[in-house]
Amino acid sequence: MAKIWIRQAVLRALDDAMTDDPSVIVMGEDVAVAGGPFKVTEGLLASHGPERVIDTPISEMAFMGAAVGAAVCGLKPVVEMMFIEFIGVALDQLTTQAATMRYLSRGRLTTPLVVRASAGAGQGFGCQHSQMLDHWFRGTPGLKVAVTSNARTTYGLLRSAIEDPDPVVILEPRVLYAEREEYEFDRDYRIPLGHAEIARPGTDVTLVTCGAMRRVALAAAEASSANIEVIDLLTLWPWDRKTVMDSVARTGRLVTLEEAPAGSGWGGDVVSSIAVEAFGKLKAAPHRITLPDAPVPYSGALEARFLPSPAYVADQVAALVSTNKPPLPWWRNAA
Amino acid sequence: MTISNSNSPIARREALQDRLEQLTRMIEIRFVEDRIQKLFAEGHIRGSTHLASGQEAVSVGIARSIDPDDVVTCTYRGHGHALALGVTPEGVIGEICGRVIGCAGGLGGSMHLVEPEVGLLPTAAIIGAGLPIACGAAMAARARGKDRVAVSIFGDGSANIGAFHESLNFAAIRRLPVVFVCENNLYGEYTRIELSTPVEDIAVRAASYNMPGVIVDGQDVDKVAEAMAVAVARARRGEGPTLIEMKTYRYSGHSRSDPATYRPAGELDAWLKRDPIDILADRLVSESILAPGGLDQLKAETRDAVERATAEVLDSAAPDLGEILSHVGASSAGGDQRWHFWSR
Repeated sequence: MAKIWIRQAVLRALDDAMTDDPSVIVMGEDVAVAGGPFKVTEGLLASHGPERVIDTPISEMAFMGAAVGAAVCGLKPVVEMMFIEFIGVALDQLTTQAATMRYLSRGRLTTPLVVRASAGAGQGFGCQHSQMLDHWFRGTPGLKVAVTSNARTTYGLLRSAIEDPDPVVILEPRVLYAEREEYEFDRDYRIPLGHAEIARPGTDVTLVTCGAMRRVALAAAEASSANIEVIDLLTLWPWDRKTVMDSVARTGRLVTLEEAPAGSGWGGDVVSSIAVEAFGKLKAAPHRITLPDAPVPYSGALEARFLPSPAYVADQVAALVSTNKPPLPWWRNAA
Repeated sequence: MTISNSNSPIARREALQDRLEQLTRMIEIRFVEDRIQKLFAEGHIRGSTHLASGQEAVSVGIARSIDPDDVVTCTYRGHGHALALGVTPEGVIGEICGRVIGCAGGLGGSMHLVEPEVGLLPTAAIIGAGLPIACGAAMAARARGKDRVAVSIFGDGSANIGAFHESLNFAAIRRLPVVFVCENNLYGEYTRIELSTPVEDIAVRAASYNMPGVIVDGQDVDKVAEAMAVAVARARRGEGPTLIEMKTYRYSGHSRSDPATYRPAGELDAWLKRDPIDILADRLVSESILAPGGLDQLKAETRDAVERATAEVLDSAAPDLGEILSHVGASSAGGDQRWHFWSR
C-alpha cells in the first residue's frame, strides 16, 4: 500500500469531484496559480482551468457570498478558508444567508456548497490561527459540520460533503496535512455525513472524539490499562446518536475528548443527550476532556500542556474507570 | 388558493412592457405599502416592516429592464421590488401577514420575500448581504453559458459596509455580469447620509473599481429603465459590472416604529412635488396613453384590487405546524423540490 501525505487526500478528493461533476468549482485565496498555501489544490488549475479553480482577492465576504449565489444558481462551490478564523469576516454569508436559503424558499432554492478550512492547534500559529471554531457552525440550523481525522476520512467526508445538497463545513486539522499514512485511494469511497465510526473497540469506557484528537485517543487507548472503545464522531452536526448510544450501552461509561474550549465544546451536547437518554446505563458520571476556556497559547511549552496529550488522556480515562468519579482537569488541579 | 394564469408572477412580469401597466404597478406598490401600514395598526402584522413609498419608479424601472431569467438580490426594503418583479399582492401581503399563501409560505415575513420564477432570491435582512450573492449568481450564469445578468438592489446605507466594496472589486476583476443598483434615499436607517458618508454621490465609488458609475433620477421610471438597459446590455456583452445610483426618497421612516422626526422641515414636501407616480402619469397623458383624469380612475381600480387581495389574505390560513421542521435540510420532511435556474 502506498504512503501518502494526508493533504494529498484533500487534493485527490477535490480533483476527483471536479472530474466527476463539471458544476464543482474551487475558490479561495491562492488556491489556483500558487496551488494553495498548504498545497492541497496543487495542479487543479492546470487540470480544470481558471473558470473552475479561482484565485480570489483577500475578500472573504465577497467570495463566501459568491459561493452562496453560485450554489443557488446551479454550481457546487468548494470554498477554501485558509485558516478557519478568516471566516469571521464572512460569517453572515454562511450562517445567515446560506443556512436559510432552503428554509425561506421552502426547498426551491438550495445552497450545495462546501466550506473547507484548515483548523486547530499544535503548530505554534498562535491564538488567531489555531482554533477549531466548530461551535460557530454547530449552533446554526441549516449547516452541517464535519472534521477530518486521517487520509481515508478526509477523502470520504470531503466527497460526501461536495455531493450534499446543503451547505457543509469541513474542518481539516492542519497538524495532519504533513503526516504520512498508508492509504489506497478508492474514488467510490464515501463516509455518509452524520455517521460516526468505531476506531477501536473496547469494553470499559466509550471515548468519543474527532479530528486530530482521534490519534491522541488511539494512543491513549494503547497505553491505558482500561479497555477503551474509541469513537470518531466525524460529523459534529448532525452527530450519530445511535453509534454513541449503543457503545455506551455496552461500556457503561462515557468520556469525550474535544479540541474545544470547555464552555462551548460539542461534548456538552453529547454528554447531556446520553445522560438524558441512557442515564440508567451509566456506571459513572460522564466526563469531558477539553481545552481550558482560554486562547491558544503560542509558546511550545504552553501549547503542549494546553492540548490533551495521550498520557493525560490515558490518566483521565483510567481515573474515571477505576473510581467511577470524573477527575478534575489539569487547570483545576493546578489551582 | 388558485391564481389565474393572468395573475401569475411571470404573467405580471411580462405585462410590465405595457406603459399603462407600468403606471398601474407603481400605484399598486404605493397602495400595498399604505395597506400594510394599516394592517399593522389593525394587529395583523408582527415584527417590523420597511416601506418604500416614494421609490416605486426604481422598482418598476428595474423590473421592466430585465428578464424573468435574470437574478435579483435585494434588501429588506423589498415589498415594491417584489411586486414590480411579479410577485402578486396576495403573495406579498400574505407573506407579511404570515399566511400560507405568502410568497415564502409565511416562514419569512416582511423582510424575506422570494419568487424564483421571476428571479427573486430571498430578500435579505442583513445590510449588504445581497451584493456578494449577486456576484455568485453571475459567476454561475457565465459558467453555465447563460446570457443572464444578476442585479443587486441595495440602499445608500449599504455603501459603507465591507460587502459593497468587496463585491464591486470582485465583480470588476472577474468582469462579472452584475448591475449594482444603489437606491440613495438619503437615509441609512435613522441617519441622514452626510453623517455617515463623506461623498454626496455613491456613484463616484465606481471609479475605485474601474467600472462605470451612473447617477439617475430615481423618480422618473423611464430614466431608471434607460440606465438599466445600458448597464444590462454591457453586462450581457461580457464587459463587466456597472454601479447605478438612483436618487430617490423614502416617504416614510426607516421602519414601522420610526416617525422620521429627524427630517429637515420641508424636505418631504419638496420630494412629494416630484412624485414618481405623478411624473409618469403626466407623461402618459402627454403621450395620449392616459386620458386626462384617467389617473384617478386607475387609482380607484387599483385600490379595489389591493383591497380584494387583502381580503383574500385575511381569509386565508396560517401555515401548518409541520412547516417548522420541513425545510431545514434535504432530509427534512418537506423534501427537495428544487428550482433550477435556466432550465426552462
